[in-house]
Amino acid sequence: MALGAIALAALIVTIPLFLILGTVVYRGLPALTWSFLTQIPKPVGEAGGGMANAIGGSIMILAMASVIGVPLGVGAGVFLAEYGRNQWGNIVRFTADVLNGVPSIVIGMTAWALVVVTQRHFSLMAGSVALGIMMIPTISRTTEEVLLLVPQAIREAALGLGIPQWRTTLSVVIRTARSGIVTSIMLAFARVAGETAPLMFTAFGNQYWNLKPDQPTAALPLQIFSYAVMPQEQAHQQAWTGALVLIAMIMFTIIVFRLISSRGIMKGAS
Amino acid sequence: MGIKSSFLGDAAFRSIVITCALALVAIVGLVLFELLSQSRLSMSKFGFKFLTKTIWDPVAEDFGALPFIFGTLVSSLVALVLAVPLSLGTALFLTEICPRRIRPVLSLLVELLAAIPSVIYGLWGFFVMAPFLRVYVEPFLARYFAWTGLFGGPKYGYGMLAAGAILAIMILPIISSITREVIIAIPRQQREAALALGATQWEMLRMAVLRNARAGILGAVILGLGRAFGETMAVTMLIGNRPEIAKSLFAPGYSLASVIANEFTEAVGDVYLSALMEGALVLFALTLIVNALARLLIWSITRGTPARALA
Repeated sequence: MALGAIALAALIVTIPLFLILGTVVYRGLPALTWSFLTQIPKPVGEAGGGMANAIGGSIMILAMASVIGVPLGVGAGVFLAEYGRNQWGNIVRFTADVLNGVPSIVIGMTAWALVVVTQRHFSLMAGSVALGIMMIPTISRTTEEVLLLVPQAIREAALGLGIPQWRTTLSVVIRTARSGIVTSIMLAFARVAGETAPLMFTAFGNQYWNLKPDQPTAALPLQIFSYAVMPQEQAHQQAWTGALVLIAMIMFTIIVFRLISSRGIMKGAS
Repeated sequence: MGIKSSFLGDAAFRSIVITCALALVAIVGLVLFELLSQSRLSMSKFGFKFLTKTIWDPVAEDFGALPFIFGTLVSSLVALVLAVPLSLGTALFLTEICPRRIRPVLSLLVELLAAIPSVIYGLWGFFVMAPFLRVYVEPFLARYFAWTGLFGGPKYGYGMLAAGAILAIMILPIISSITREVIIAIPRQQREAALALGATQWEMLRMAVLRNARAGILGAVILGLGRAFGETMAVTMLIGNRPEIAKSLFAPGYSLASVIANEFTEAVGDVYLSALMEGALVLFALTLIVNALARLLIWSITRGTPARALA
């Protein structure tokens, strides 16, 4: 009886996933046309138009966020695995967990205070700073885990051959753990790709094309949100189709990388 | 390769890597610093009463955060009540009962739940779940459970119940995943001992697994609570955005993250902005305390387990 309840719980949990994905596909597919992917939004109330600027903006913001997040994250992960098996490492580890738990909107506000207030305008750069900060703890923790899985014997063999420690870490250990690190980067990427709140006061959104780092930029999650809360039916339709594009991009990334390795999105997400 | 150059290389690499780690610490310090310095104006004007006042009046520049703290806490609590039994069941099923062939599929499905962006949860909740609540669920609850006092008032669909429900779906994966890690960390001998003494499978799970993992499971639940505190977009679209404290779960409310999301870009005046910043500081403090507590509890169970076992 109790076992049946447990199995039922597991079954119930999968229902929302199919409901949500199904609804997004059902409502979003009708308007998913080539013009949706290539045009910018039309004035409110007019039919047609698309989210090309949001898709392009999102990709640009994420690319620049990776420039900030990936080096710092991997570097911190290397520190924790190779030099951090001590009290200092515990402090850094704890701090990474703290940063992981900070609500995304608070990180957005910090980026606002640091970048937007200083520059006196919203910008793509500010959005990238916010998302980059969010990537760091995830990447560093999973990098640490992956590096720790490399057997100590490999390090010792390299050192025994006369290779200096820095070269060992770089060319031997990291190379061995390479695919795990790439996977964690992609998964961190997929996680922040859907973030809206940190972009609200940094990249701010834009009705037109912009890929320049010092101007406000449209982003897919932001655009979905603004359309969802408008009263027009066309806007809602755009929101559903945008959601379909966003979810397709994220799910594709996750499923591909999950299949390649056994690492999941939950690692480092806790 | 000479000794000198390898020393140089070692020192250089080491400092680069240490700099990255320090950058992480510096960022957290920056977050705290900015929150504190931006809310100083509001802290000096309202003092501790900020946490207990219920007025939120931008025109008179009088701000109190109690309705938002209430909204954040209650919506997260509702989410816990709904999510914990389901997460525990899922975790137990996946680790103990699930046939080996289905396990990767099922655990992938639960993970995909975690991958859905918050704004899409909000979109679905807004257009699909809330009307469903209004038409089917809330009348049902009002008819049979009105004696609890929690289900009175007009049925909008949007409100504390809707926010709690969507939060429950969102925190399910994290509670279930950490619980799985904790359950795996319980030594095999415990299970075998219980079975050897004649326990049924359920009795074995209850005695050997759940009892030993108690602290860790509590940690997983508290971690889920912390995640629920910080959720912004889905809650903003479902909670009704009314800064009032009400007893009924059908009533609209407002959470700390939602008020910031809604009003930050339209805040006029330094006091308004500073009050919102102070709200963010309160939110930060809440999540900090909750996460630290959760980490401690989880670590007490999983400590000593090699990383490979948890992967």
